[in-house]
Amino acid sequence: MKKTYKIDVDCANCANKMEEAAKKTKGVKDATVNFMTLKMIVEFEDGTEPKAVMQDVLKNCKKVEDDCEIFL
Amino acid sequence: MNKKQKKVLIRIIVSIALLTIIAIITSEGIGISVLSDNRIMQLVLYLIPYFVIGYDILKKAFKGIMNRQVFDENFLMAVATIGAICLGEYREGVAVMLFYQIGELFQSYAVGKSRRNISELMDIRPDYANIEGEDGLLQVDPDEVEIGTIIVVSPGEKVPIDGVVVEGTASVNTSALTGESVPRTISVDDEVISGCINMTGVLKIRTTKEFGESTVSKILELVENSSSKKSRSENFISRFAHYYTPAVCYSALALAVIPPVIRLIIGMSPEFGNWVYRALTFLVISCPCALVISIPLSFFAGIGGASKAGVLVKGSNYLEALASVKHMVFDKTGTLTKGIFEVTGIHHNELEDEKLLELSAHAECYSNHPISKSIRTAYGKTIDQTRVTDVEEISGKGVTAKVDGMEIAIGNSKLMEQMSIKYENCHKVGTILHVAINGAYAGHIVISDVLKDTSKEAIARLHKMGVKKTIMLTGDSKNVAEYVAAELGIMHVSSELLPGDKVAKVEELLDAKPEKEKLAFVGDGINDAPVLSRADVGIAMGALGSDAAIEAADIVLMDDDPLKIAKAIGISKKCMRIVYENIYFAIGVKLICLLLGALGIANMWLAIFADVGVMVIAVLNAIRALMVKKI
Repeated sequence: MKKTYKIDVDCANCANKMEEAAKKTKGVKDATVNFMTLKMIVEFEDGTEPKAVMQDVLKNCKKVEDDCEIFL
Repeated sequence: MNKKQKKVLIRIIVSIALLTIIAIITSEGIGISVLSDNRIMQLVLYLIPYFVIGYDILKKAFKGIMNRQVFDENFLMAVATIGAICLGEYREGVAVMLFYQIGELFQSYAVGKSRRNISELMDIRPDYANIEGEDGLLQVDPDEVEIGTIIVVSPGEKVPIDGVVVEGTASVNTSALTGESVPRTISVDDEVISGCINMTGVLKIRTTKEFGESTVSKILELVENSSSKKSRSENFISRFAHYYTPAVCYSALALAVIPPVIRLIIGMSPEFGNWVYRALTFLVISCPCALVISIPLSFFAGIGGASKAGVLVKGSNYLEALASVKHMVFDKTGTLTKGIFEVTGIHHNELEDEKLLELSAHAECYSNHPISKSIRTAYGKTIDQTRVTDVEEISGKGVTAKVDGMEIAIGNSKLMEQMSIKYENCHKVGTILHVAINGAYAGHIVISDVLKDTSKEAIARLHKMGVKKTIMLTGDSKNVAEYVAAELGIMHVSSELLPGDKVAKVEELLDAKPEKEKLAFVGDGINDAPVLSRADVGIAMGALGSDAAIEAADIVLMDDDPLKIAKAIGISKKCMRIVYENIYFAIGVKLICLLLGALGIANMWLAIFADVGVMVIAVLNAIRALMVKKI
């Protein structure tokens, strides 16, 4: 399943870091962050609950880039 | 500017003012003598603007270390500026932080601005639909309008939902969708696509789709989800940034430690301060911002510019692939030809052309075959069916009928042979209709699919742009295909193909070409979906209203002008040129500055140019990709 989320982040490099952090989160099959459109597209693994997974994604993103936001 | 940016701007102005005042009062001669002598007092004074401008960077750097994300630009800036201050270069330390913030502010402003510009370009989303209520017009959310509802579109408004006109005539502007600025005139029974702007009259439209299924929604969905696939260049840059920053940091450390130690060993004075200063210069240069921001920005601007020209690109990877297309495969009907049959010649006739057409059109007046229709269209006047009697259709051969008492036979060569009438073969390519009047041969009418006006120019332009091989695939007969190819200047033809054969043919071509040369397939989207998805780049044209094509293709041309193919390639080439310019320029300047820094020629001022200046130039260059008018 694929879902798109609006995000807020200041720099392009931070967006890359968010992408990496999101990809490494458990339950996420693949993730892309588009800095230009400020969107994160997450593909979840089968049988996972997107809401719970996104909480972890947000936590991991905050770890690498304190100044970011994902609008869940 | 948003709130965040304004806050930074105020901090920049305040710290510039503070820095100027401090510089004056601490200078020897003019300044207060107590201050110009006392280094500790100076340090305290300079720390005021330093914290005003840099407190958030310091905070982020600290948090980064806590989260074990050491090598980010905040950390680099914090170390470099604190280092400079420790070395006694107070002014430089504050200035580096100041310029860094100015650069960041400029970047975020430029990115925000181009983000808005591009979304304005794609501002085709209708906000409301007018439906007729009991007391006049009612504005409702387009989402709530059901199929078959009558909506009213006044001049200046956008058509919100696809439909058919039931009342009114107007010229509509489709430029937001197709990039074509000549307005189209539509009237009753014409289909109208959402996203067009009504320019003149009031239109009443019966909707044929829901809002979610309408053209405008489909396009918006496509554009908003574009660039979910990243190009190779973008991936290269993120990998590069991943290794580059730590590498420079370690080199900086080495530069600060190794040369002084060696100097100590060989008995020279170590000059720690000098080498540490050089190392700090390294840190300032090392920030990869210019690259990391300008490459995606170039692609984003390129995709935005393309959509302004009516070329929708589904991701930056396709824009990149399109720029290296060397093999171009075309579908014939509907792509290079209009896909409509037209009378293109009348030969061997003794009667006037007009008269022969009139008789033929009357004889064919009951037939629904596309060929019969094209004869009636060529005749162009109303048909008086009372003049026609004894119509007999001979399946697979033609028609016989009496028109004005004359016996007319019209059909292919088999019909002529059956009626044992001697006929002339035609050297033109197309469908030939022989006509006989009262048993005597009266000439033939040539009907063919007409080439689009711009096809030939488009092919020529593609060859000029570096497309090595053009190939046409068609289900049509060999002589028609070869004639069309020769006329347009296409190099290779495969004819009499079934839809399945096209996929096989494209796969064959894909295997035969070198990996680096990309293959694009251009089709009109009807029956082409498998081929579109099989090619490196699938281009669907004239896709307005064809959902299957929009889904299967990688690049969608909003109208059916073949010149747009050349334009799309031109846009992609320009975008890629800008991307490479930025990569070479940014990496080049940084490497040179690193070298100069290591040799001690570059000071921190040059370093800050290498960082902020390069970024500003790269961002401005990236925005150029948005301008596509002249391509």
